[in-house]
Amino acid sequence: MNRYFDLFVTFARVGVMTFGGGYAMIPILEREVVDKKGYATSEELMDYYAVGQCTPGVIAVNTATFIGQKLAGTPGGVVATLGVVFPSLVIISVIAGILTNFADLPVVQNAFAGVRVCVCVLVFNAVVKLWKGAVADKGALALFLLIFAASLFLDVTPVVYVVFAAVAGIILTKLGVRGK
Amino acid sequence: MIYLQLFYEFFKTGLFAVGGGMATLPFLSAIAEKTGWFTQGMLADMIAVSESTPGPIGVNMATYVGFTTAGVPGAIAATLGLITPSVIIILIIARFLKAFRDNQYVDAAFYGLRPCSVGLIAAAGMSVVSMAILNVDLFRQTGEVLKLFRWDCVVLGVLLLTATRWAPKVRDLHPIWFILGSAVAGVVFRFGGV
Repeated sequence: MNRYFDLFVTFARVGVMTFGGGYAMIPILEREVVDKKGYATSEELMDYYAVGQCTPGVIAVNTATFIGQKLAGTPGGVVATLGVVFPSLVIISVIAGILTNFADLPVVQNAFAGVRVCVCVLVFNAVVKLWKGAVADKGALALFLLIFAASLFLDVTPVVYVVFAAVAGIILTKLGVRGK
Repeated sequence: MIYLQLFYEFFKTGLFAVGGGMATLPFLSAIAEKTGWFTQGMLADMIAVSESTPGPIGVNMATYVGFTTAGVPGAIAATLGLITPSVIIILIIARFLKAFRDNQYVDAAFYGLRPCSVGLIAAAGMSVVSMAILNVDLFRQTGEVLKLFRWDCVVLGVLLLTATRWAPKVRDLHPIWFILGSAVAGVVFRFGGV
């Protein structure tokens, strides 16, 4: 029981200290999970992170599940994952509750109108960053353009594009288009 | 049963959003469109709050959407929905991690999935742009191209783009500072028009 509690607390700490996710999380995991707790080695962490990036879901959650599973089997994976999302649940519920009550104030509306501009820039920057690792040849560029245009103009659930892209990736690789 | 619906929608998101927190954005946008639980405008605000509070962005956005839709139980249902597929998939993969990493089909599928993810996020980003920077309704009424843009927002956008991409040292700052700065600019220059 103690071990599960320890896992939960450790990953709750990781959750609190993760600001924004992604690469910002690696140094925190290094410190909390590798250095302080010895739950995993740096190499294992990089492996988990790499696989976490290329499996569905939030990377932080995937990494937590991996480490928890390694230490204490399936219940460990579940406990570590609940730990990493726990702070978000509390913090976001409080903030959302407050903001909902003040959403009609002019000052809040003006602030968010400004913030939305910043969100455009943040999304754009995320796209540029992901682009570098994702669109390296003509086949990938064609897929990007096709899916970008389709999802702008068609009203189809993104699930369709994801399934299509996975199949297209396999076909393009088999056809030898990849890397050209 | 709203909680089950939330769980189901976020289960789908967790299962198909590949590539981290921002990859959930196109799915959330589709949920807004389909269910009317929240607007695209609220979604943009949720991104801002999720970026500037502790916790992984994807989890924060799920909690926020769930809370907005159905309070604290909704937040829990959405978050559990988001993480359930990951947990199941990872628990399976963990048993043969190396084989998974080296599998040629997995690798080939991801060759297609990565540009797909970027394309979907870019398209979802366009709807944020049209809401934050464009005046589509005013343009349709008047037909004047100049009125399509909210020029004060365009100026702020260009400044932010310069700061986050090219300004030495400034660009390494955490996004929260740019978000706070934009909020202040919005209040001072009355971006909301109220």
